This record gives sequence, C-alpha cells and structure tokens, in this order.
Amino acid sequence: MEPYKKHESIAALMNRSNVDTDQIIPKQFLKKVERSGFGVHLFHDWRYNDDGTDNPEFELNKPAFKGARILVAGDNFGCGSSREHAPWAIADYGFNTIISTSYADIFYNNCFKNGILAIKATKDQLDKLMAEISANEGVRFVVDLENQQVITPAGNGFSFDIDPFRKGNLLSGLDDIGLTLKHEDKISQYEQQHKQTYPWLWV
Amino acid sequence: MKKTMYEKIWDSHLVVDATGQAPLIYVDRHLMHEVTSPQAFEGLKLSGRKVRNPHSILATMDHCVPTKNRDLPIADPIAKIQIETMAENCRVNGLNLYDMKNPNNGVIHVVVPEHGFVHPGMVVVCGDSHTATHGAFGALAFGIGTSEVEHVMATQTLPQKKSKTMQVVVNGKLSKYASAKDIALAITGKIGTAGGTGYVIEYTGSAIRELSMEGRMTLCNMAIEAGARAGLVAPDEKTYEYLKGREFAPSGQYWDQALAYWKSLPSDEGAVFDATVTLDAADIAPQVSWGTSPEQVVGVDGCVPAPESFADEIKRTACESALAYMGLTANTKITDIPVDLVFIGSCTNGRIEDFRIAAEVTKGTHVAKGVTAIAVPGSYHVKQQAEDEGLDKIFIDAGWEWRDPGCSMCLAMNGDELTKGQRSASTSNRNFEGRQGKGGRTHLVSPAMAAAAASAGHFVDIRNL
Repeated sequence: MEPYKKHESIAALMNRSNVDTDQIIPKQFLKKVERSGFGVHLFHDWRYNDDGTDNPEFELNKPAFKGARILVAGDNFGCGSSREHAPWAIADYGFNTIISTSYADIFYNNCFKNGILAIKATKDQLDKLMAEISANEGVRFVVDLENQQVITPAGNGFSFDIDPFRKGNLLSGLDDIGLTLKHEDKISQYEQQHKQTYPWLWV
Repeated sequence: MKKTMYEKIWDSHLVVDATGQAPLIYVDRHLMHEVTSPQAFEGLKLSGRKVRNPHSILATMDHCVPTKNRDLPIADPIAKIQIETMAENCRVNGLNLYDMKNPNNGVIHVVVPEHGFVHPGMVVVCGDSHTATHGAFGALAFGIGTSEVEHVMATQTLPQKKSKTMQVVVNGKLSKYASAKDIALAITGKIGTAGGTGYVIEYTGSAIRELSMEGRMTLCNMAIEAGARAGLVAPDEKTYEYLKGREFAPSGQYWDQALAYWKSLPSDEGAVFDATVTLDAADIAPQVSWGTSPEQVVGVDGCVPAPESFADEIKRTACESALAYMGLTANTKITDIPVDLVFIGSCTNGRIEDFRIAAEVTKGTHVAKGVTAIAVPGSYHVKQQAEDEGLDKIFIDAGWEWRDPGCSMCLAMNGDELTKGQRSASTSNRNFEGRQGKGGRTHLVSPAMAAAAASAGHFVDIRNL
C-alpha cells in the first residue's frame, strides 16, 4: 500500500445520500479474479449511457471534476454489499480521499485497507464544503492527514478525528497482516486455551 | 458486571488488546464463496503465507452459478474462470468445498446451518454482508472485505473495533401470513439503513422467541440492511434441537459440554444496551418495499408515499428519485402495483419453511398472464426436501419454474435478471437501483406475498385471501 501523503486536489461533489456499493461497482463487474482494473467500471450504471457513451448528466463526468482525488458525498456512503471491489474501483479511478458525514461499517473498513482516507465531517462542515464546490466547480482542497486537517480556499476547512491506528497505517502504508503476526505468540497461546475450553471445535 | 451476549462473545474471543492498536479477536469459522475470495488467495500466495486453520473454513459456489442446465458448461467465460479459480484455491489449500456438482451445494448462508457448522458463541466471518444470518444461532457473525478474508486466512484473527449494542424488542403476536421477513423490513423502515451503523443488534421479545430457526435466520440476515454489524438471537431449546445430530455439531461426550457453554451465553438479566427500539408484532402488516432502499417500505394495505410527506429534506429527495426510478406515482395503492416477475429464493428466504408457505398460497392457483415466476431453493438439500414433500409439483402445476440452487436473482450475477423497466416481487434483501439487472425495479416481500403476487399479477393483501 502507498503511504498517504498531504496533497492538494480537485474535490468532486456527489450530492446524494445512501450511495450503495451496488452503484459504486455493479455486480456484473465482480467476476474478475484480480484486484486491478475496476476504475473504468466505477459507478457504471450512472456514468454511462446504454450505448456505452458517457452520461453528461452524471456528476463525475463534469469536465471540472476530472482528475479529482477527493470525493465529497452525502450521508451513509457505501452501504449494502461488503464487496471490496467498491474501494478498489474508487482507488483505481484515482480517488484517495472521501469526505462524508457517515459510512457503512464494512465499506469504511475496506477503504483503509486500500489506502483511502474516509473523513467523517459534521453535517454543517459537509454542507459548507458542498456549497463551496457548487459555487466553484473545480476548486482544490488540501488534505493533511498528519495534522488531521482539510483546508479550502474559502476557509471552510476543519480538523477531523481519526482512529490513531488507522492513521498510522495509512501514513506508513503498512500491511495489517504483518502487524498482526507480530502477536503470533499470543495467537498460539489463545489457540491452546481455545482447544482446552472448546474441544468440540477441534475434533 | 452484567453483560450482553455480544459482550460475552467479544470478551471470550479477545486475543490482544494493546493500546494504540485495534483489538484482535479470534475467528472460529470462516465461510467462503467464489466472488470475494480469489484476490485474498492471490495475496496469500504472493506473500508466501498459508491458511492457518483449514478446518475452520467451509466454501461453496453460489453467486455466479447457473440455476438451470447445470450439466452444460458455464456460458459466461469470466464466471467460468471465477468458478475454476475457487475450485483450484480450495484444492491447493485443502479446504472443504461444496462445488456446483456437490449434493451439499447451495447458497453459503443456507448451506452452513444445514450442516451445523455454526454454533452459539462463535465468531463467524465471510466476505459477504449477509453473514449476519448466523446470528440466529447466537453467534457473532459479520461480513468482511477481501483484505480481511486474507487476514483471517493468514492469522485466524481480525482487528476489530468493539461495537455498541442495540436491543430490538418485538413483543406480541404476528398476524396471519406476517413473517420474519416482515419484521426485518419493518425494523429497517423504522430505524433506516444507517440506524444500526456502529451497533450489533440483539433481537429479543416474545415474537422473536416464537420464530423458528429459519425465521430467525431471515431476521438476522437483514440486520445489515439496517446498517448493523451483526444481528443476534439468544440460543434456546429451538437452537439446540436444530443443531443436534448435524454433521459439524458436537456429539457424544462433547454435546453436554457444548450445551452448558451455550446456556451461559444469553444476555444477563439487567444487562445494559446502548440503545433500545421496540415494535409490536401485531402492528406489522405484510411489508412491500416501494423504493430503491430497504428502508423505503410500507404495509401492503398502504400507498406509495408522496415526497412532500417527508419532513426531512434528504428523505424527500430520496423519495423523488426512487419514484422516478421505480416508475411509480405517489399515493398509488400498493395492491394496484403490477408485477412482471416473481422470485422466491436467496439467503434471506430460500429455506424449506419459505417454500412451504409459498406453496400453501400457490396451491390451486396459476401464474397470472404475462408473469414469470421462478422458485430457486437455497440449496440442493432444500430442493430435495421440498420435492419429498411434493412442493415442486405445486409450483410447476401453477406455472412456476423450479430451479437448481444459487443466489440467482438476489444479485443477478448468474444471468438470471430483470430487463430494463421490468418489475419484480422478490424475496431477496436489496432493492437498490440495478440490483436485479440494469433498470430493473425490485419490490422486497415475504415468500407468501411473492406467491400471492404471482397468481394475481399484482400485490395482494394475503391476510384477506
């Protein structure tokens, strides 16, 4: 995983709530056995017309949002299916930051496993960011994870909370499994005790 | 200190709780299917790691498998690769796989309970959000992403944040033909798809105790639709009766030992939950979803709501876009909505009890003109049981298609799908835009409601049949 660095980028606006993972990556694209190449299918059913051309009505197709790395979206983003193809598609498309008021649990976990910073804003903070983008499409925000800051030209920035463990992993790009295996002795110890307490699970 | 069932399971599975790190919890059972596992196996291989406890894993093929002409090669070449990859990954790692041709094959969350693979008090994971189903046994069961699938294979543990607890109390008696599905939809309607976010729900109350194990599975299955990490029902005599004698259930000297442990699991009297929601079962009419989110539901005796009936601006906008997508007009009576296709099946409603009730409603009727109705058992065992009881004949005589098991139209990955503008009555769990095919319009209902809609050609209030 790439370490997450402070960056300035265009912020794209998706003013919809309850965006579900079936929309983020529709099921017809879940048959691949690789992790890569899902970006072209991100939001497929909204993004493309039936003939495969771009749907100009879809917000992320606006020229002003091209190259955006920050996605500002409505409440309860990423609800529904657990498919990790959703954050794979988001990251492959080019986003590394999402800002919303809330996320579905599984999706939220999946983001951090894939180098995506999912920032939780208050309703008021989010409304202000959305208004700033609407008034000035193509506006660039700065995201500074180290200092937990979002900075915007119109001064609608804010500082955000994040679990220190998730923050550390994003900043270092560390692999979760490697971290867990540092506790190998404790896992083995637990397993020995588990065999004694629940012997029927080991026959 | 008085503990909830969730807290008891959490505490007994905590492996490491060090400061500055997410707590590590131990995983007893790991369930798998072909869609969310290949990239995890690839990751494991690339890092030179091995599956730590192959015996903790049970795998099936369900999402992409055809539900007819199983003897022919899979037509979709990409699905074929996924199926073959699953078989190869299980072979190389020595995992127990119920492949497409195996008599135990079926939808993972239907197959696993049939074999008694999940017991009360376990921690159970699967790369599938409907893993919550197994909470019906008093197991902490939840969906995970593919990176986490790899993590569990390598370490048998998972870094987890402790959830808050929510008690959903359902007392009273359900009306005739109202079911666990209607309770699940009514709860989602009441608290919303984000209402349970950050929580594990425990379902309590007399109406929950009355439910069969199949009904409890349907209920817990949809905990995720209310945003919850997991749903739980305390084990009782029904649970023990269900498990006894199944392949992976404890036997002999171990049965009594396991039983004593299981009986210690229910929440202590007076344990405190972080939130409580109460419903009266008698108030729950058979539910029908009208929109594109499982929270957009109404009783069958109701009408499609008008956007202006929502005070909340977000809900009002969501209603407007849902009505546009669904091709519905505000204030239309639910019973005036026609259907083109009826689907009974899925990990929500693909069990024997579901086909029994649907057959009871279907018996002596015929599928309405212009309607296609398909019955997809959740597993080969469900299919066999139904055939032993003569249920298949009732469906076939009424003009239904009687298929082989699989996820089928629940998420329409296997070629079973709606075409643009087609409207379904579906016993599955999600009515998101495009879920059952691009432009398809899904109405979530119980099996009895689906069966009644098939013969009428529109929704009907089954309480009046």
